[in-house]
Amino acid sequence: MALYDTQYQNPLIKWIDSRLPIITLMDNEYNKYPMPKNINYLWAFGAISMIMLFVMIATGIFLAMQYVPTTDGAFDSVERIMREVNYGWLLRYVHANGASFFFLAVYFHTFRGLYYGSYKEPRELLWIIGVLILIVMIMTAFTGYVLPWGQMSFWAATVITNLFSAFPLVGDDLVTWIWGGFSVDEPTLNRFFPIHFVLPFVIFGLVFLHVAALHICGSNNPLGIDTKGPQDTVPFNPYATMKDLYAFFVFAVIFAVFVFFAPNYLLHPDNYVPADPLVTPAHIVPEWYFLPFYAILRAIPDKLGGVIAMFGSLVVLFFVPWLDTSKVRSLVFRPLSRLFFWLFVINCFALGWAGAMPAEGIWILVAQVGTAFYFAYFLIVMPVLSRKETPLPLPESISEPVLKSGSPRPKGGGRVRASATASRKEKA
Amino acid sequence: MMRAFTTLAAAVTIGLAGSAWAAEQIEIPEYRWSHEGVYGTIDRAAAQRGLQVFQAVCQSCHGLKYVYFRTLKGIGYDDDQIKALAAEYEIEDGPDEWGEMFYRPARPTDIFPDPFPNEAAARAANGGAYPPDLSVIAKGRPGGLDYIVALQMGYEIEPDGFELADGKYYNAYFPGHQISMPQMLFDEVVEYQDGTEPTMLQHAKDVAAFLWFTAEPHYDTRKEMGVRVVIFLVVLAGLFFGVKRALWRNVKKH
Repeated sequence: MALYDTQYQNPLIKWIDSRLPIITLMDNEYNKYPMPKNINYLWAFGAISMIMLFVMIATGIFLAMQYVPTTDGAFDSVERIMREVNYGWLLRYVHANGASFFFLAVYFHTFRGLYYGSYKEPRELLWIIGVLILIVMIMTAFTGYVLPWGQMSFWAATVITNLFSAFPLVGDDLVTWIWGGFSVDEPTLNRFFPIHFVLPFVIFGLVFLHVAALHICGSNNPLGIDTKGPQDTVPFNPYATMKDLYAFFVFAVIFAVFVFFAPNYLLHPDNYVPADPLVTPAHIVPEWYFLPFYAILRAIPDKLGGVIAMFGSLVVLFFVPWLDTSKVRSLVFRPLSRLFFWLFVINCFALGWAGAMPAEGIWILVAQVGTAFYFAYFLIVMPVLSRKETPLPLPESISEPVLKSGSPRPKGGGRVRASATASRKEKA
Repeated sequence: MMRAFTTLAAAVTIGLAGSAWAAEQIEIPEYRWSHEGVYGTIDRAAAQRGLQVFQAVCQSCHGLKYVYFRTLKGIGYDDDQIKALAAEYEIEDGPDEWGEMFYRPARPTDIFPDPFPNEAAARAANGGAYPPDLSVIAKGRPGGLDYIVALQMGYEIEPDGFELADGKYYNAYFPGHQISMPQMLFDEVVEYQDGTEPTMLQHAKDVAAFLWFTAEPHYDTRKEMGVRVVIFLVVLAGLFFGVKRALWRNVKKH
């Protein structure tokens, strides 16, 4: 009888934990887990994203109980939720705005990972799972946006599903297969509903893997150097839990202001007009979190090229751990890379702006330059800078700068060439 | 303050997706609405006058298919008033035990009956145009209530050289300027029960206030709850900030 050798003395907990050491697991992963003590508030966005996922699933389940996935019933049932269901308006506004705030948190989380090199060895797989989560989130948000069956829902579904027709040979058949017919219609809505319902649970599974992979490597930190021992870390609970909860409630205040005082600000008026296949809206715009991708799609004059560029803008993220070969993780020690990082952030906003404007005149040029820079950042800037840039000297350990000056600029440590294996040196 | 906040928030988080359209649209006059602002509530008197205008003018062509008569409690009618108000309408019910459809007076649990039996009938009666349902129109048009007022006030003689199609009317604010709905609001279309001066602009603003209520029947509840939720969250965040600071104070100096 190979029972787990549990540390707990309480008979019931001991009985459970020796058979299924889930309590020990939770204790290790969410209580004792050593967190670098120099993490800043950007590290809270992982926890915030996870809470937002729970909020979306919780509100989504109750909305699904009242929602009718038919072309005749969808719009009516959403209005019924808004008017007749007890606090249905609250559920729906939290869910609709929650999508925006979920993406906001995840984007902060992703850019934080990019800035501090959280994708580098040994966290490559952690990063890849994160990119997978982002892609599944995009699919979930898109299918969810179709469900209210307003004008924007219908035309977004039409525009996006039509993209697949660009693929040679199989394109048209593929689109018919996705639609379940010869246009976006009831079969499309019928299948988008279960897809939208199931994908969040796929995200949930991926988040579990994301956390599992994280807890093998340990969390990165603003200095990007490995923790050297207990003097560099604090236990996850209560230090990180309280800090994350504080950050979440500040985030929640902004979220609540939108939900209660401007719930339709991020939505489009056209989606309060029932879907009409015979009337095309003057401008078809996606939600803000898709605008940069939409700009990339429209930047390429060729349809297939645009589709490949848009999908490519996500796929390229998978390769980031091998495009940036510098051993120095944090951009704190790479001034030139840091400059390009901020240019990349500005570029994403410019792409978003171009995506919101009609595809004409100067905006096409903005989208094209933006798209070129987007890919150049990953495919040229990252590999070249990781070879050419000489990083600033790294501190010996997390405790040292914190102890001595409180600034990340170290006094000793010596110059480390980009080619040198900084992380291995630290271990020595 | 709200406007400043939302603009700022939008600029920071969204990359100005929403305001991008404003530039290419016709400037519509903006009015002050009592429900704007953090503590603003729906002006019930205006909404009640708006219902009067709706009944006298709009409902001959436009439906309110999501609005139950009982919902009107939200603009200050009591049960008896709603019962009487509903009873003015006839709605089709049935089938009865002989399989026949029949008409009966509406009850508070009924919705406002549609003016036409179906879309084809509506189009046939309106020169091919389909008068949209007005339940959520206030949220379904860029510009919202200001647009609704502008549209009612925007009927003009078409400019020289403007080709107006048969059965269309020139409207300064309608996209494309050719609208199938003739001008319906004039001074003194209805005599208000509360004695408010029945000008055309007053009619337009009152009906817009009513349509804001039909689009957001839980508007006042939402705002009231919002104030409490935001205060609660701010206090909670403050408490967690205190906990966090007390905890981490020892870490850095360690």
